[in-house]
Amino acid sequence: MTTTAKRIWQVMVVASLLGAWAIAASQSLIVRDVVGDPFAVVTQLFRLVGSGEIFRHLAVTVEEAVIGFSIGAVLGAAVAFVLTFVPFLRRLFDPLIGIIAVVPRIVLAPVFMVWFGLGISSKAAMVATIVFFIVYFNVDAGLRSVSGLLIDRARIMGADKFAMTREIYIPASVVWILSGLRVSVGFAFLGAIVAEYLGANAGIGSLIATAQSLNDPNAVMAGLVVVLVVVVPLDRVLTVIEARTTAWRGT
Amino acid sequence: MRAPESASHKPPAVELRDICHRFAQGGRDLPVIEGLNLSVKEGEFLSIVGPSGCGKSTLLRLISGLSPPTSGAAYVNGEHVDRVRTDVGYMFQTDALLPWRTVLDNVALPLKLQKVRRQDRERRAREWIATVGLRGFENSFPHQLSGGMRKRVSLACTMVATPNIILMDEPFSALDVQTRSLMENELMAIWQRERKTVLFVTHDLEEAIALSDRVVVLSARPTKVKAVRTIDLARPRNVLDVRSELSFHQLYTQLWEDMREEVLSGYEQERAAARMQGADKQ
Repeated sequence: MTTTAKRIWQVMVVASLLGAWAIAASQSLIVRDVVGDPFAVVTQLFRLVGSGEIFRHLAVTVEEAVIGFSIGAVLGAAVAFVLTFVPFLRRLFDPLIGIIAVVPRIVLAPVFMVWFGLGISSKAAMVATIVFFIVYFNVDAGLRSVSGLLIDRARIMGADKFAMTREIYIPASVVWILSGLRVSVGFAFLGAIVAEYLGANAGIGSLIATAQSLNDPNAVMAGLVVVLVVVVPLDRVLTVIEARTTAWRGT
Repeated sequence: MRAPESASHKPPAVELRDICHRFAQGGRDLPVIEGLNLSVKEGEFLSIVGPSGCGKSTLLRLISGLSPPTSGAAYVNGEHVDRVRTDVGYMFQTDALLPWRTVLDNVALPLKLQKVRRQDRERRAREWIATVGLRGFENSFPHQLSGGMRKRVSLACTMVATPNIILMDEPFSALDVQTRSLMENELMAIWQRERKTVLFVTHDLEEAIALSDRVVVLSARPTKVKAVRTIDLARPRNVLDVRSELSFHQLYTQLWEDMREEVLSGYEQERAAARMQGADKQ
């Protein structure tokens, strides 16, 4: 199938799903109550954008996601590198990381609320703990995947630890690092929004949670659309960067 | 620590003294090399042959300092090898090119790590790329090249830093027969010009004879030197023509006599190891 033909089919699938939703909503009160009505969702979106209300919430959520993502990603990558280069620390911390990693991080949300309050910091902390583990495990796997042969060759060529990191470890694991970062972006927003559900005074999550408590499915759906509009293009951009950076792999 | 010098004024390029090496394998302590002595003259092309699993590659790792011997010592230019020798060239069996670097950047990398200025290292890298016949492929990535071309890049990578001692671990064993002969002839031409000391590990007797000044035959485990044969064929050599000479066949027969017993006992050892592994699993 050509790309254009595939695109047409994809658009048709989405259009018919939306159409089915619109028809179902116009016929059934239950559908309207549960998932809203697409036209009302659009109206709601216009109202949110027009009043500028959405931007205030969006700014808060994005800030939480960005701060948490940065902290989590930097720490995750740094810990992976340190543990790779210092085997003693690896033996010390590996079991601990393994145990914490299996605990669903969302249970920490109330703890962070107690520590950091209802504002941005508690959500950023939540995001950071989620992103940390994703990035840590990806970078760690990437570093483990570096072939011993390349390391031997670099040693013969006279590479010190610093040169080894720059010339071998980072480029060899860049695929893993980037895919870890890309996956983390989605989880950063997820973490921020879910933490907002549990208690916040601003943010997309609190917007959705408020709408839900007011039994307004259209506002809930409008919130979801806003999240999609932010996250999907971001993911696309990262995918392109990933492909460009790893062009040397060929097909 | 310096090795005591022999009667001649210069120490040997490579010297191995009473090398013992053990591997821990499946909970058993396996002696691979036991009491091995070897001396390589400067500018000599020396091949090492022996049954599979006898530790040929291990010898090169010991000389380069990538692994330390269990006991005994290796000397390079009279200096005790107690750390990785960055002044030797090492060509591995599998080409260890960096897939994310172009041919030019791969060949220039050893010089970059030696802090050679960009201009100089690119010039020298280009010269070696041309020498191995890859002019025009400077900006290709390794995955775009054939196996033979990647070997050429590896050779350029090994030579570009002008090492005086070159360790080669079955460098051409993965190539098809024709490409292999071509590469052998090019290696000969380069060696004829540069006169570096080469230690060439191979399992192919014909290759060893065609290239070398001397061929060392190793025994099966625990490995020591079984025989050393001087190859007195005229130089410069063409590796294809030299194979039809009468003395080539005599040398081949001689070396095969040295090897036969060792190959058989090496084969026995491998079967015994396989049986033991099977027994462990049950």
